[in-house]
Amino acid sequence: MKRYSAFAIAREAANYHQGWERAWAKRALKKRYDAIIIGAGGHGLASAYYLGKNHGITNVAVLEKGWLGGGNTGRNTTIIRSNYLQDPSAAIYEKARSLYETLSQDLNYNVMFSPRGVIMLAQTHHEVRGYQRTAHANALQGVKTEWIGPERVKQLCPIMNIEGPRYPVLGGLWQARGGTARHDAVAWGYARACSDMGMDIIQQCEVTGVTSEGGKVTGVQTSLGDIGCNSLGIVVAGHSSHVAEMAGFRLPIESVALQALVSEPIKPCMDVVVMANTVHGYMSQSDKGEMVIGGGTDGYNNYTQRGSFHHIEETVRALIETFPMISRLKMLRQWGGIVDVTGDRSPILSKTPLEGCYINCGWGTGGFKAIPGSGFGFAELMAKGYSPLTAEFGMERFREGRFIDESVAAGVAH
Amino acid sequence: MLTLKCPYCGVQACETELSPGYEAHLKRFGPGSSDDDFETYLFTRPNVKGVHFERWRHAYGCGKWFLAARCTTTLEVFGTYSAQVPAPPAEIIDAIKSKRPDWSPET
Repeated sequence: MKRYSAFAIAREAANYHQGWERAWAKRALKKRYDAIIIGAGGHGLASAYYLGKNHGITNVAVLEKGWLGGGNTGRNTTIIRSNYLQDPSAAIYEKARSLYETLSQDLNYNVMFSPRGVIMLAQTHHEVRGYQRTAHANALQGVKTEWIGPERVKQLCPIMNIEGPRYPVLGGLWQARGGTARHDAVAWGYARACSDMGMDIIQQCEVTGVTSEGGKVTGVQTSLGDIGCNSLGIVVAGHSSHVAEMAGFRLPIESVALQALVSEPIKPCMDVVVMANTVHGYMSQSDKGEMVIGGGTDGYNNYTQRGSFHHIEETVRALIETFPMISRLKMLRQWGGIVDVTGDRSPILSKTPLEGCYINCGWGTGGFKAIPGSGFGFAELMAKGYSPLTAEFGMERFREGRFIDESVAAGVAH
Repeated sequence: MLTLKCPYCGVQACETELSPGYEAHLKRFGPGSSDDDFETYLFTRPNVKGVHFERWRHAYGCGKWFLAARCTTTLEVFGTYSAQVPAPPAEIIDAIKSKRPDWSPET
């Protein structure tokens, strides 16, 4: 892999830019791998990357039925934060956030991590108590957040209406080193690094079955043929139940649509990310100048990656009270994804009833922020059979009643 | 916009007047049941990619719960029916099979 650098630009410019390589190699499927990851989204590619980088397991294939990063990784609103309530959540989301700090250098790929700061707005007295509680929890967890008053919120975000009367801004939970990153670049950066380690990333390869013998996984059947493996990681988000069924088990998830939209590009007017859970929407401004807006999930099981118009209407209408200027903005483009939602709004990183088969799913509406931490922990789980980062997120927690309840921290989408 | 006909009041209800209730025909287990049965009842779901039987409430209408058969990959609605039945009635099964000849209730 030719490293990206200012020197590389100069070198390639001298050669009329004919020497740039593919970001990841196009290789042919082999008959067998040590590990197969199903799903070439952010979480799947990060899992493969850390299998190689941390555990020396590089005989790996990442299989993708569509195009790389074409699922939820390419469809989210790019928010990165780690201000959750429970200890296991803090550990994995803060691991992810801290990996994002140096990810561009680690991967030699500009993921455009922008630690511009995230405000969780408190617009009711209930939220004030809730977010102050979270600030205390974060202090105990070593996650840097702070409670700020309405004047500081207004200072950080001048376009916000803090007066109300319906939803006055009473303060907020501020994470200064939260922010955004370029979602596609995260997938591409991990893919390039995986390819450089010799891993095979195979697109347009749909898994149609999981083979096993004596209760242990032996491989997968795909649209491009059968492949053998010692261990299998299922990392397919909205399609987790579908693939789990092939491996002989069921999951406590429902797949529903989550939509997002962007406005026409305008001059820079918003330096921070704001999540307004009472009015039910979140917004930030992209480097292109578009206001990037998201809200709650659509309400019913849906695999189409499309939602209903009234949800978008509700989200934008809700944000107008808090950001009056957007009432004049034209919304440019909208899209949807399939999010796999669990009852406690926490992910599942787990062994499964099939030996050698592991599952990483249930990130619901909040997966993008977790990509590096999820990959780091899941790779450790697959390589060693245990990871302190994933230990509390096993699927058996639903049976045992040990929920990791993040319905508040997960934000709007419950 | 999803439209479901409420089987009680007859209104062709847009989803804006409905409240989703997810998986239908769950077998309820209560105190004294095994861990397996309780976990299955509370959490484990088929989350079908295909023909799905689900609960809906006519929230901004008659207020009653009813059931619907709908495809989660095409959003096609096969029909709605009363919630006072333990399984989809024959007319609904027939409506599904006429559109999906390969489908059967066991899948």
